[in-house]
Amino acid sequence: MIYKDYKRVLYIDLSKEKIRIDLREDLQEYLGGVGIASKLLEENIKPDLEPLHEDQPIIFAIGACSSIFPVITKTVAMFYSPLTRDLGESYAGGRMAITLLFAGYDAVVITGKCRRPSYITIKSNDVEFKDARPIWGLSTSDTGRIIRERESGEGKRSILRIGPAGENLSSFACVCVDTYRHFGRLGLGACMGSKNLKSIVSIGDKSIDIENNKEYFKAYQTIYKKVTNTDIMGKYHDLGTSVNVLTMNEKGSLLTRNLKDNRFEHAEEISGEKFAEKNLIRKVACTSCPVGCIHIGQYRKQFDDGYDYEAISVAYDYELIFALGSYIGVGTTEDLIELIEKVEQLGFDAISAGVVLGWATEAYSNGLITNNETMLPLEFGNVENYIKALEYMGMNYNEFYKTLAKGCLTASKVYGGEEYAVQFAGNETPGYHTGYGSAVGHTVGSRHSHLCNGGYSIDQSTTEFDKEKLIEYIFNEERERCILNSLVICLFARKVYDRETILLALNSIGYNLTNDDLDHISDSIYKTKLRIKKMLDFDITKVKLPKRLFETDTSKGPIDEKTTYELISSYNEKLKEYMS
Amino acid sequence: MAKVLRADGMNKCIGCYSCMLSCSAVNYKSHSLEKSRIMVKTSGGIRGRFTATVCVACKDERACEEACPSGALEKRVGGGVLLNKDKCIGCGKCVSACIVGAVFFDTESQKPIICKHCGVCPNFCPHECLRMEEVEDDI
Repeated sequence: MIYKDYKRVLYIDLSKEKIRIDLREDLQEYLGGVGIASKLLEENIKPDLEPLHEDQPIIFAIGACSSIFPVITKTVAMFYSPLTRDLGESYAGGRMAITLLFAGYDAVVITGKCRRPSYITIKSNDVEFKDARPIWGLSTSDTGRIIRERESGEGKRSILRIGPAGENLSSFACVCVDTYRHFGRLGLGACMGSKNLKSIVSIGDKSIDIENNKEYFKAYQTIYKKVTNTDIMGKYHDLGTSVNVLTMNEKGSLLTRNLKDNRFEHAEEISGEKFAEKNLIRKVACTSCPVGCIHIGQYRKQFDDGYDYEAISVAYDYELIFALGSYIGVGTTEDLIELIEKVEQLGFDAISAGVVLGWATEAYSNGLITNNETMLPLEFGNVENYIKALEYMGMNYNEFYKTLAKGCLTASKVYGGEEYAVQFAGNETPGYHTGYGSAVGHTVGSRHSHLCNGGYSIDQSTTEFDKEKLIEYIFNEERERCILNSLVICLFARKVYDRETILLALNSIGYNLTNDDLDHISDSIYKTKLRIKKMLDFDITKVKLPKRLFETDTSKGPIDEKTTYELISSYNEKLKEYMS
Repeated sequence: MAKVLRADGMNKCIGCYSCMLSCSAVNYKSHSLEKSRIMVKTSGGIRGRFTATVCVACKDERACEEACPSGALEKRVGGGVLLNKDKCIGCGKCVSACIVGAVFFDTESQKPIICKHCGVCPNFCPHECLRMEEVEDDI
């Protein structure tokens, strides 16, 4: 807790409907967020049991100074990923962090399984277990609406919920947070579904006295000004991450039609600029972020002749545009909005959903799967059929869709086409095909995501390819992000929170840390994550990358398979040395 | 000239709550959403618009002041009231008297939370949803 010498951890046993609170002084050395979540996962994970076994834990943690400084908005979730069967680590914005802070918890550990579909409410003075049978099967939006109408704490609460995808245990089911944010990747939705847990409501209903208001508020103002009066956050405030669409396309890094191409002829039609011009209606923010990067796009759809319209509004971002757009040949903002809405309601990770559809479309065109499996033709750009396919996948309609809902690696092992199932250690590719940095970064990153180490960034910012420098960059960034994620800042603000600013924030609220301390903390965290991966028998040198990565040019031209594996091997050597 | 807070740009609100956090920090030395003198919330979830409940700075007759049995609320120049905590007995009659809902109640101190139009929150609003307006002195 802020101003305390311990972390306050709430343990919830869903089977027994009991809670326990531990005051953990020993967790202080992990700072917060991903640090304490890693430690709690290490303590509670059961490597011998299946990822969706009821005894597996779900950990949520907020950061060391969550919500009381600008853009420190995220909550981290850690779990045993059903998608990769490896460390699961996912982040969501919205209001969860501030509500947990004001409910009085640094972390929540959830184990067991509700005896019937249920939801839980977490307040500072109570944790309640409630019947969710009538809402089991409902979309994420209907679930949110019903719970919103039933629960207290308006404006000071966060509502997490899963959709049918999570209930039906899709390995890439997401958890929707406060309508527009998500624990997107690696299947936390399935973890909740396996526990019969439809929703978690956290209500931030208490306050925390500030110990040194002068120092704190000075630091707050400094950081607020840095966020709002400089250009650092400009990209996110203006067009948002969707500004990347045209840039990536121009460079030849925009994954298109299951990565058969690296440029999309309709990129302009689905660009951030086009969205802004045609569909953008407003921007919203996570709590305590003055940037407001959440871009809401609306599509006015005619549903009957005359003047009959319905309005669909969704949050859009670069990753959604690539996955549900260029990756499956969808070239208009309207079609994209419809697909995003469907994915959202069902509760899938949008990136994985698009990428598995990309794989399935190619497998269909190659005859590996037919109408017998898919029930309808899967063709690049055929939005109507993709929407039906998503519904089939959400409901485990048949054996094929049930398998597809386990991810493209699993599906390709059953139906073939592994060479073009574009995933890294089981996690569907993010939207960067920039060079060795992205390929290696995604593979060695502790959660196999561009959010681990931004390998794509070094591809974009360097002209010469230097193996040692690349490995060094990825390694250092992986470590540094342990600190950023122990705070848990929004990574869009990583240039705001340099070491000096991190120390300014932390020390103004009573920490007494130095730069060396931060180095030490980041090592403790990274090593904990690596120990968990080892416990789960994960070995980066055994990751098999799809051939497609080496067949389609990146922005740097082709990347060589052998060199890529050599780089992964070098990284592994570095890790061995690091851990010895 | 006195100044009063106006929340008439709420269509531009992104829901960052910086106004509430800064209000609590400055006025109550507290990290809090509960102790803010302005309350932002959504109408119908985040898909709905954001609204701000804020003291409208009543002039002439102030219902909260009239309802106060102990004389703890005094008319503020320009509109609204000022709370004298030492005179307040924590009865909460001012809370129910304000039909705007802008008199909040601090369950910890058992005193009302009432905006004194200090001007902190507009300084931390990134979109000018909030502003200070100069008004005639009325008393």
